[in-house]
This record gives sequence, structure tokens and C-alpha cells, in this order.
Amino acid sequence: MRIVVIGNGMAGARLAGDPRLRHAHVTVFGAEPRLPYNRVLLSGVLAGTTQMSQLTMPLPEGVDTRFGVKVTAIDRAARQVVAEDGSRTAYDVCVLATGSEPIMPAMPGIELTIPFRTLDDCERILGRARGVRDAVVIGGGLLGIEAARGLAMRGIRVTVVHLAGHLMERQLDPAGGEVLARTLAGLGITVHVGVSVAAVEPTRVLLADGTAIEAGLAIASCGVRPVTSLARAAGLAVERGVVVDDLLRTSDPAVYAIGECAQHRGVTYGLVGPCWEQAAVLAAHLTGEPLRYSGSRTVTRLKAPNLELASLGDVHADGETVTFSHPSAGIYRKLVIRDRRLAGAILLGRSDAVGTLTQLYDRQSEVPAARESLLFPELAAGDVAPGPAALAGTATICQCNAVSKTRIRTAWLAGAGTAAAVSRETRAGTGCGTCLPVIESLLGSFEDSLAPVAEAG
Amino acid sequence: MTRTHCPYCALQCAMDVSPGGLISAESLCQKGWTAGEVLRAPDRLTTPLVDGRPATWDDALGQVVSRIQRVRAACGPDCVAVFGGGGLTNEKAYLLGKFARVALRTSRIDYNGRFCMSSAAAALRRAFGLDRGLPFPAADIAAARTVLLVGANPAETMPPFMRHLRGPKRLIVVDPRRTATAKLAGTHLQITPGTDLALALGLLHLAIADGLVDTGYVASRTSGFEQAAAASNDYWPERVERITGVAVHRLREVVRALARRPAIVLSARGAEQHAKGADTVTAFINLALALGLPGRPGCGFGTLTGQGNGQGGREHGQKADQLPGYRDIRDPAARAHVAAVWGVRPEDLPGPGPSAYELLRSLGTAGGPRAMLVFGSNPAVSAPDASVVRERLRALDFLMVCDVVPSETAALADVVLPVTQWAEEDGTMTTLEGEVVRRRRAVDPPPGVRSDLDVMCELARRLDAPGEFTPDPRRVYAELQRASAGGPVDYSGIDYDTGGVWGGTRMFQDRFATADGRALFVPVRFRPAEEDVCADFPVYLTTGRVAQQYQSGAQTRRVRELNRAAPGPFVELHPDLAAQLPVADGEVVRVTSRRGTVTAPARITATIRRDTVFMPFHWPGANLVTNPALDPMSRMPELKVCAVRVEAVGENRSDRQRHGRRPAGG
Repeated sequence: MRIVVIGNGMAGARLAGDPRLRHAHVTVFGAEPRLPYNRVLLSGVLAGTTQMSQLTMPLPEGVDTRFGVKVTAIDRAARQVVAEDGSRTAYDVCVLATGSEPIMPAMPGIELTIPFRTLDDCERILGRARGVRDAVVIGGGLLGIEAARGLAMRGIRVTVVHLAGHLMERQLDPAGGEVLARTLAGLGITVHVGVSVAAVEPTRVLLADGTAIEAGLAIASCGVRPVTSLARAAGLAVERGVVVDDLLRTSDPAVYAIGECAQHRGVTYGLVGPCWEQAAVLAAHLTGEPLRYSGSRTVTRLKAPNLELASLGDVHADGETVTFSHPSAGIYRKLVIRDRRLAGAILLGRSDAVGTLTQLYDRQSEVPAARESLLFPELAAGDVAPGPAALAGTATICQCNAVSKTRIRTAWLAGAGTAAAVSRETRAGTGCGTCLPVIESLLGSFEDSLAPVAEAG
Repeated sequence: MTRTHCPYCALQCAMDVSPGGLISAESLCQKGWTAGEVLRAPDRLTTPLVDGRPATWDDALGQVVSRIQRVRAACGPDCVAVFGGGGLTNEKAYLLGKFARVALRTSRIDYNGRFCMSSAAAALRRAFGLDRGLPFPAADIAAARTVLLVGANPAETMPPFMRHLRGPKRLIVVDPRRTATAKLAGTHLQITPGTDLALALGLLHLAIADGLVDTGYVASRTSGFEQAAAASNDYWPERVERITGVAVHRLREVVRALARRPAIVLSARGAEQHAKGADTVTAFINLALALGLPGRPGCGFGTLTGQGNGQGGREHGQKADQLPGYRDIRDPAARAHVAAVWGVRPEDLPGPGPSAYELLRSLGTAGGPRAMLVFGSNPAVSAPDASVVRERLRALDFLMVCDVVPSETAALADVVLPVTQWAEEDGTMTTLEGEVVRRRRAVDPPPGVRSDLDVMCELARRLDAPGEFTPDPRRVYAELQRASAGGPVDYSGIDYDTGGVWGGTRMFQDRFATADGRALFVPVRFRPAEEDVCADFPVYLTTGRVAQQYQSGAQTRRVRELNRAAPGPFVELHPDLAAQLPVADGEVVRVTSRRGTVTAPARITATIRRDTVFMPFHWPGANLVTNPALDPMSRMPELKVCAVRVEAVGENRSDRQRHGRRPAGG
């Protein structure tokens, strides 16, 4: 089978590297003249917390790569892909993985801004960042905030300008957006919300409300739109993205689309998770495995040091909500529960709850009745470690020899006044010896208080 | 009083035993203190049994030989299989391998250690060129600043080992349960079952990202770093968090702690008993190598060997693909050396055979073994998907079991031979540190029992085996020394009586045991559990041990004090899961997988993950449910994770331990 993949981004490279396709003849076209790289980690490169070598996504040997070669047309009648170098590549299956492109809003000076999308963009930003003290990031979405944090870590004063009423309005509710803005302020990042940029000038950015912000560097992070021109020109059904069915098929059964350029059940995705799920489903389908794609559960995780944010599913959904807010500590936690399942969640600030919540959401498992145990796993009963005096009588003091507190007290009542004597009497402490200090303190507590030990069970 | 060693785990604690079986020692766990009671087990086997009836040794051995000969005549030597154990002494393990290859001329020999150490062994050999569980003294652990314990619960599985974990400034435990060990840890990563490999890849990714890689060490002492590093590129922390359930900030905390030397990484069965166990261990070795730990004083990577002779038992040839001295049975030079010691021609030695579970699964099938001889193992309880294993054992024409007590496997046997146990016999054991220690006879065995070595020699004699077979452990050891001499594991310099550590207590200080002396990074990738949770089977089952029982319980279930403390199986589950069923503490629940069903009382505790239940495997039951999917490299079954359904049974406690019903279409 001849598979031609157009696009070497997260989706296209993932598909081309899928082990299920090792017996197919796979050709990958990439507009960018480099090996596939992991876009998700670009913000880490910007922040200096990810090594450049960690971006590479090696393709298996045997994949025919045409990097730096732009595809100009899909000749569906001839089942050929036409490239700018004049080549025509025949396919049995053509896969569009053209991704998306940044939206550059129309405004004076927009050409002075750098988008934050590709490794080239990242390198340009890093090149410029060396010489500047102030920067503006236009757009307070996920990428914009990651870029802001990355620049701030390089000692640059950063201002984020966001058109909507609060930051990351798709992933956060207003209260969460406010806590995030407060956290960013603590990291040296100023936030303006509910205001648009009027113009970008070489040394400053002018806002619609008249504010002028010093900035030697302006980054545009105003969202993306699917790249659909090839599909449109080829006469495929295109709405916001290239329309695909549950097999990732476009309106031409020999042409598929995956990743950010695809629109499935009315949804286009902008996260790596769905891209990879689609690539896996398509690889399975192309090799005869009966898998179907039914949409993805989205987990947005801000990747920036000292800025812990997770947003799961639909945080604006109707349903039972549980919230905890502690803005001065940078903590905001919200659960949206529907039909005893997690419909959405926000976790802002460091928490061990993130793993559990993500898995509850991914699997749509039933949410426990004690909601607080989800938001505050550290308070779960299993973690409470009472001091020796407060232990129940049945509590095991010596693991090695299964000696309970009651047994030790019995030995003490019978005259064993030291840990060594208790050991001789009960074998407690004769294994690893770890419990000997506990026995000492138990003996102390017996001496101190002659109150009887509570007999549990 | 005679100085010998505990019959149980790989710590092999020293103890003095009186002729009456009384024990004194400096430190032991409860199992050790009560081990004398196993010597006095009320149902101790003292007479050979043929078809369940007492018989003379002569009759019983005659039966065994004639049945073996009949099977061999019908379908060849490979139709007789041998199954050994990791609790056998070095001499027994060695002689069993020789007996199978020389007297039975069968390739079909493997042992229960395949269910224990095979994943770690495969990974250690691949990386370091040698499989030593702990290539440094356990005492080094106490001096480390950071210790990462992956899938290990020594507080319950080998309690005296905990003395080494009191020391470290920072103990990090990776376990789906907040075990007695995890409770002592400064950091507990309560990981999703079956995702340790993703955790290791994520930690390596972070080590590289944070610039924590010891580049000098990597350059001078290892090879293959670039490939292994590139394979970790896809495992950025947020993705690993979603797979493992371990928060990103914890990953960062752990990798930074590990980068502060001296640090030690230890794995055990929780990470290893998976269909990707070898790759999981490899991933943690890669992490340790990147941080420059193995072979550096006070640092290193190790695995906690479980069974009493788990280390020696895997060195001397009872493995399907192995000859004594950890030699490869496919290697012509190894075959020539061992054949010369055994007095046979190299071409007469069989080749490699199938691994333990594959062997058990093939019993009584077309082309599979028709007869099997079992020494020191209870696979009817300890093998995964145990109802299939029982069915296969029953399908044999002939089954012989050597054991001390009537185990569940012995109950299925045509001939049962009563043999000696620990304090009744001489020999050597190799501890988890690689130290060869002397097992000494302190107690007279009951009249009528013989040693496993006697049985092998007598059968070899009656089968007209070539070469020499001696039942004297000292002489067997001397032969083992010659057979292992010059091999990857060489006991020729270790004295039978005074013991010692082969290859030194601190290995790899100057070079690794690979051809070029460098440790090898091997690129590995994550793959999910063979069975992930789904709508029909929404909960993970993981299995493990309790402090008062050992292995399949054949010994410990016969000790009153241990049974009082740990009287039977249970299903540990989280209060939230219990509320959903609903079930109260102590009520019976039914656990069902695609393979079978087991019932046991619920033990409700918030120390386990909500999506996971735990069952101890010391009683028949848990393994009716476990997944026999095998690791492609080590042939380790996926004992530590499968998908199950948990249901309340109601109040009917007599229902308890009803086994083996297979769901339709399962």
C-alpha cells in the first residue's frame, strides 16, 4: 500500500512512525525543511527547560521523506500528490496532516510581531529576546502564557494582552482566570484583559484604551486556524477544518485527514492528545483493525515551571460544581460533575489531585461521594499518621513480627519496662529494628498516662 | 545448636537451630521465628504415595521410572518435563538441570523463578552483561542519600531488610498501594498499575531536560545513550502524568532527589511481573546510568531477589535456556564445557526449551509433555491463570511431585515423594547480595524421607543415565564449581563451607561485564498493560504478599501463629469503590476477570487507589484471575495487573473461595 502523508507535524509524523505501517510504503511531505519535531515542547525550549535534542521525533527507516517540499495540489482523479518541485507521487491512501496556522489579526504593525508556532518562530524569538528588556505577548491563551513564562524566565519583563474578559477563557472560568493572572503577576508578568491591541510599533505596543507598553519584542498568539487550502482546492468537503467521519475519511474515501486540520463531528482539536489518537486510529484502520474514532477527551496542561494548571473537559458545563479558591496562594480548584461523572475540572496551583482527576475524566469513572477527597487527596484518611499514644490497640507496631500495641502494653503491664525487655517478651523489634524507637515512645506514653488503651474492633 | 539459614526469603537470615528444632537468632521476622513449626507440620509427608496410597520408596521410584520410560517410548524424551523452584539449594538446582538434560534428555525444564526474577535478569544481562540482583552490599543502601524503590514492599516481603531503609535521607516508593513500606517513605508515588515504564521514561526525559545527566560518566562508562535519550523524547512530564497518574511536580522532585548522590534505584516484582517487565527494568537502568549511578561507590541499580535461592537458582541451569554458570545453552563453547564435566557428548545435550508458563500450558496437549516431575514448586497455586494450569496438570499421563507437605500440586500427582527440608539438609544458598551461604543439617529428618538429591540420583541410576550422579551435596557442589568455572557466573573460587561472594561485593567499579566493559543503554518505549480497564472490567487487580505468608503458602499456611495473623485471602479495596458496590468491610466480594472468578472478604482501606484492588497470592484463588500474557523477552507473565470486575456477593460467606468459573466467551 502506498501512503502519502502531507505534513510532518505532530499528527503526520506520528502516523508515519506508527509500527503498524511498517509494511506499507509511506511518503511524508513536510513544508518545513527539517526532521519532524515535537511542537509541544517548544515552550520548554523558550524557557530553557527543555534541550533542543529532546524535540526530535525520529521516523523509522524506510519512510520516504520529502522535507522542505511543499505540496501544491492533490490530483484525486489520478490519485497523485503534486509538489512544487514538479514531482507527482502516486498514492493508494492520501493523508492530510497539514495542521494549522497562526491567526495574525489585522492591525497596524502586525508584521513586527512574531507568531509562536514553529521551531523557526521559537528560534527567531530567542534571537530577539537576547537584546530586549520588555516584551508583549498578544493573546492570553495556553501558548501565549507559556511564551510569556518562558520569556520571563529569561529575565524579560512581560505583559500579556488579552482580548477576552479573562485569561484562557476556553479552559478557565472567570474566577480561575483571575487567580491565574494573580499568579502570573507574582512571576513578574503583567496581564491586561478585556482590551485589544491598537497597533504594534518597533519599541512599544499601543492598546485600544490608550495604554502604551514598552516592548522591544511582540509575540502574536491569537489562536490558530486549520490549514485547508489543499483540501479546498481538491474539492473536498471543508468547513472550519477538513470534514472527516469516524474513520478519519474525508469526502473522498481515498483521502484522510488527521490532526489540527481535521474536523470531526464538528470539532477541530488543537492539542497533541487528539492528534495522536487520530493517528493511531487511522494506522489501525489502514491495516485492517476495526477501530473507530469517536472524539477525544481534552486535557489542557500548562507546561511552565512553577505554574501548575490543568483544565479538563468542559469547565463551563452545567452540572454540580465544587470549587475551592485561595487566590493569595495561587490555588483554584473546580469540579463540574454531571451524572456522577466528571464533565470538567480546573486545577490551578500544585496538587497531587491532578493525576486522579485526569484519570477519572479520561475513563469517565464514577466520582466518589466525598468530593473533597478528590480536591484534597492529602487529607484522605489513609494518610493520617497518629502518634504512638493515639494509635488503636490493634495497630501493628512491629511489622516484622506482627506485634500489636495491645500486646506491647500487656508485656509492659507484666513488667517489661524497656524496649529490650519488650523485645524479649514479644519479639517486637527483633526483625529490622525500625520500630524500637516507637516502642520506646509507647512505653513513655504508658508511663505518662495510665489510661487504658482503646480496644478497637 | 547448628548455624544455618532461614528457609524463606532471599535475605537468608542466619539462625541457630537446636536438634529439637528450636530457633535462636539475632534478628528475624515472624516467619523466621516460627520456621521450626514447619519442621513439625502435622501433615508432613513421610511416606511415598502412589495414586494417593502409601508405598515403599522402591515401588514409588519404580513407578516413576516405568511411567517415564513408557512416555518416552511413545513420544520421545521431550515428552517428559521438569519443573524446579527458586527455593532449591544451588546443588539441587544444578543437579536438576543436569538430571533433565542427561538422564531424561529433555529440553523441557524451567522453574518458578521465571515468575520472579526473569524480567530483571533479562534487563540486567542486557545492560550490564551480568545478572546479579544487588551488585553492591545491602548495607550501602542505608548510606545513600536517596533510594528509589519501584514496586517493592520489603516491610512485608522481607521485613529485616528494612534496617537498610532506615538510613536514607530520602526514600521514594513507587506502588499503587500505600504499603507499610510506602508509609515510611518521604515520597510515595501512587502509580497506576502497569505504568512504571512510562514513569521511568518520564524521569529520564526530565533528567535530560534539567541537565542532570552525568555526561562524563555516560561518555566514559556507557554506550547507546543517544538512542535511549531519543526514545524518551515522547515522554514529556505532562504526558507521563496522564499515563501514570503521578503529578508533574512529583516527577521533578524525584528526579532531582535521585541526582543527588549517593543514590540507589531498586526494583522488585511490582515493576517486573508484567508483559513489559524487562523493558521496565531497562528503563530504570537507563535512568540510573544517565545519572551515573551503577558501579559508583555507594550508588547503583539493583533488584530485590525474592525467593530463598532466587539468585543461585537462576545461575545453575534449571532455566530452559541455560547451563550451569549462567551459560547459554545455545552457545557451542558452553555446551562443550558442560558436556565434558558431565561426561557426555555436547551433541547429546538438548537445546533450549519453552519458558515456565508456556511449558505448563502445553502439558498434555498434542506435542506437549505427557509426564512431568516437580521439585520445590507449587504451580497449581503460583502460576497465572491457574485454572488452566490445573487443567493441564490433570491432562498429564503422569505427574510426580517431590515435596515436604501435601501441596495443591502434590494433590494432583500420581506419585508424591516425601523429601527433606531446610534444617534437615546440607547445601548452599545464594542470597540477594550474591553471597553463598551454607545451609546445615541441624535436625534429623523424620524417618522415611529422602533429599531431592537422592531422588534425582536414584532416578538417574534407574534410567541408566550416563555420567556420574552423587547425592552428596558437598560433591555436587564441587561438580557445580567445575561446571560453572569460566562461565559468566563462576563459583569455582567459592568454598562450600566458608562461602563468599562471587565476583566481589561491589561489582562494576571499573568495568561492566559486557564485551567492551561499558554498560549498554537500550532504547525502550512504553506500551500499556495487556489488559486495560474498560466498561466490563473497570478495575485493576494487582497481587502481592502479606508479611506472615510466603509464596503459595505451602510452608507458612501450616504455622499456627502465622495463620492467626494472616488467616486467609482478602480483597483490599478503597472505601469509595466499596461504597459504589456497595460492600462493607469483611463482606464477601467476587472478583472476575476474562479468565476466572474468585471470592474473598473485602478489606476496605484508603491506602489503595480507587481504581485498583489487591489480593495476596498465598492462597489458591488470586491466580485464577491473573493474566498469563508473557513478556516477549523474559517470558514473565503479567501477574501484577489485569482488568477485573468487583461485585458484592451478599452475606453468604460459605461462598468464599469458590473458584474457576470461566465467564462465557472469556
